[in-house]
Amino acid sequence: MFMHLAKPLAPQPNLKTLQISNLSRRGFIRGTTGFTLGLSLVACTQNKPETLAQDASPIPDNSNVDVGPLVLISIAADGRTQITNPRSEMGQQVITTVAQMIADELDVPWDDLVIKQAVGDKKYGDQNTDGSTSVRNHFTRFRMAGASMRQMLTQAAANQWDVDISECSSELGVITHSSGKTLTYGDVAEAAGKLDVPAEDDVTLKPRSEWRYIGKDKPSYTISDVIRGKGTFGIDVKVPDMLYAVIAHPPTLFGKVKSLDDTAALAVPGVTQVIKMKEPEGEAPSFQQLGGVAVIGTDTWAAIQGREALEIDWDAGPNASYNSKAYAKELAATARKTGENKLKRGDVAAALKSSAKTISADYYAAHLSQSPMEPPAATARWDGDTVECWACTQNPQAARSTVAQICGVPEENVTVHVTLLGGGFGRKSKPDYVVEAALIAREVGKPVKVTWTREDDVQHGYFHAVSAQHMQGGLDAYGNVTAVLHRTVFPSINSTFGPAVQGSDFELSLGATDNPWDVPNMAVEVGKAKSHIRIGWLRSVANVYHVFANQSFAAELAHAAEIDQKDFLIDLIGPDRQIDFSKDGVTYPNYGASIEEHPVDTKRLKAVLNKAAAMAKWGRDVPKGHGLGIAVHRSFLSYVATAIEVAVDSDGNITFPGIWCAVDAGTVVSPDNTKSQMEGGTLFGISNALYGEITATNGVVDQVNFPDWRVMRMAESPHVFETHIMESDAPPGGVGEPGTPPAAPALANAIFAATGQRLRSMPLLGQNDRLDMSKVGEG
Amino acid sequence: MAITLKINGNTKTVTAPEGTPLLWVLRDHLGMTGTKFGCGVAQCGACTVHVDGTPIRSCITAHEDVEDTEIVTIEGANGKVTEAIRSAWEELAVPQCGYCQAGQIMSATALLETNKNPTDEDIDAAMTGNICRCATYVRIRKAIKEAAKTV
Repeated sequence: MFMHLAKPLAPQPNLKTLQISNLSRRGFIRGTTGFTLGLSLVACTQNKPETLAQDASPIPDNSNVDVGPLVLISIAADGRTQITNPRSEMGQQVITTVAQMIADELDVPWDDLVIKQAVGDKKYGDQNTDGSTSVRNHFTRFRMAGASMRQMLTQAAANQWDVDISECSSELGVITHSSGKTLTYGDVAEAAGKLDVPAEDDVTLKPRSEWRYIGKDKPSYTISDVIRGKGTFGIDVKVPDMLYAVIAHPPTLFGKVKSLDDTAALAVPGVTQVIKMKEPEGEAPSFQQLGGVAVIGTDTWAAIQGREALEIDWDAGPNASYNSKAYAKELAATARKTGENKLKRGDVAAALKSSAKTISADYYAAHLSQSPMEPPAATARWDGDTVECWACTQNPQAARSTVAQICGVPEENVTVHVTLLGGGFGRKSKPDYVVEAALIAREVGKPVKVTWTREDDVQHGYFHAVSAQHMQGGLDAYGNVTAVLHRTVFPSINSTFGPAVQGSDFELSLGATDNPWDVPNMAVEVGKAKSHIRIGWLRSVANVYHVFANQSFAAELAHAAEIDQKDFLIDLIGPDRQIDFSKDGVTYPNYGASIEEHPVDTKRLKAVLNKAAAMAKWGRDVPKGHGLGIAVHRSFLSYVATAIEVAVDSDGNITFPGIWCAVDAGTVVSPDNTKSQMEGGTLFGISNALYGEITATNGVVDQVNFPDWRVMRMAESPHVFETHIMESDAPPGGVGEPGTPPAAPALANAIFAATGQRLRSMPLLGQNDRLDMSKVGEG
Repeated sequence: MAITLKINGNTKTVTAPEGTPLLWVLRDHLGMTGTKFGCGVAQCGACTVHVDGTPIRSCITAHEDVEDTEIVTIEGANGKVTEAIRSAWEELAVPQCGYCQAGQIMSATALLETNKNPTDEDIDAAMTGNICRCATYVRIRKAIKEAAKTV
């Protein structure tokens, strides 16, 4: 068995080790259009490295030149600057953002940039586009690449002029000597390529005041294509002689084909072949294929029709007992019992006993599906023992290594091209569908594209964990919180990779053990829960259910104390301080970042809360049936507060007159895009909270497609959405995910304010997507 | 059976089994992948194209049923209204991943072709069949209004 990413957001490689350390290597490629310069960013160990030619670029491989393992920038003699983007584009505008970071330090004209997508290769460093990491983990690394290249180009010009580099300056692709003479980057690219890469300490990054592109809005690199139907997503790939496949996946996880009759399927016009898929091995699904039966045809429709015609008798296997309704009850029962302690401060039991008032509440959050609009799709083409894959993957290196492992070929024989992703939300971090394409293409002997239909996506995904939480709180006579107990139970993502039956410290650190409340007695406990379907990451991961519970509970405590929810929350967070969770016995990974660089700062947390409240004009009178709710959370190193106004009509229909969001993401590279991510992240959270529910009966997911797997639509979206970005010089935090966690509790709190109905179970809406108005007024 | 389709003003002859949806004829037979697959059951709008000016879901439309019609896809949509919509989309940076945006633009174009000054309710009614999982709805609504001003 292979194990992957048991801790998906575990500490990333230290930035410093990824910076330029290759002093003696040369980055120099002879191209057809001139000379290009490749910059090595880590020590090279390969004798025959891949070059730009290996990718889509027409520049030929020059194998006797050692370009180093990590090539991000090349400059042609005509001055064109090519940036190789190693991160996956799934709507967060990472192509543009990476270019902003590199091009700013390189100091080249924006319009001269050509951006190419990297294949999956360790030489590019971390490519797993997950955990909102592209800026927060790589901000220094990408800028250093640009700055180092700029310094080498300037040095090359100084050498040519036989002057000291201190007499030279560079700006927008032109190097100028104090005498006034100039050379372009293209003029000196060849010579610069022969220079040693400067040591990290010898490279100076620009001061913030000189940033040209960072912190400014640059137009999306992909927008012009996508509004004309031109961008190539994974599902759009076409290679010569290609066939199309869909797969009848086993209805249950680890189910097997008992018998197969493919007569009718093979009679469907266009169906060329039916093959039994290799079954997954071991007891953990990991990134393996699911097994089942593949139908191959001359177009996707033929394959879909062929799949319909298959007669398969399934052995339902070990997970056929899974019934999510009964499971929910088990989770809730577990949450009411003492679990394993993961945070201990003071004596919660004693404090609760002596409190003037105690309340408790049970929360539930259903399984969810990421359901990106582009379902998973991948194409594979074999040539002997080597395979080329094209896929909408968030994690091309995992795709590469998993394909190699399962197909039994060396990793060097596998190339994974990354297309545009039609959304990801964590689903496309798992490359099972790339493995499927590789397995089928090898057996068929022709290139094959595997397309997951929406039914496949909804029924056979890596689902967001279902969770039950139990919370208890004590108040003194003045409304101060004396004690808080938070118990959480959920099937762990680690169960996808091994025999885990309990939530990991990593998952607990997402909204449970990172509780910032200034309460003298606090405990967080976790209970056991075995999983029966694949559990995976979904935008903001465990924060979804943890923050729903504790930010709802904060409002419940406020209500019990008869204090304004926002004022109460500010007091609950307490004085300005940087929190050391380890004092309470917490293992706190801090999203893989150093706690010194990224402290948990209550001042920043309260600042976004106050800002969102001010934006929403918190405390104002609202019309009858309206209510304001608020929630705040730090996740992925960024602080987000969200205030929501709901309007509930007498039939229980909910609309959103306004949503206000304040985000402190430290240094922001791309402001308008950050606002877009807050809009998208918030509405993703509201969509899941209102409608999101995946259930299973006898191990089979009950929902089939969008009619019953419900997501937010235009008519349900807010009419006002305002985002404020806090000014900050702090190192960057994430922006893709932090908008999601406060959305659900802010919504539940708003519904309570509007109706007096405290909803503790997600999805919040019942029949016909309405609130059950018979319960209005019940706390 | 060979069927002749008029797509974006060009005549294309297609041989596909009867009942093959227009979506897969466009994508797999003609290589026109701008029209997207999202659900296959007319629930998400990613596959929206125009047939004689009306937005339809190509995933449930048999290709032989649209013979003798004028089919327009995102690749061929270039009238004044569509261009106004594209400008507004760029101006307001509407798309995130972009996957659903071809369908959104085709639906928005059809709306503005028949209603020069749509209200929020008109926009909701015309656009609610198009799912955007990135949830770019707020910007879509704003951009449709911007585009309406310039048409």
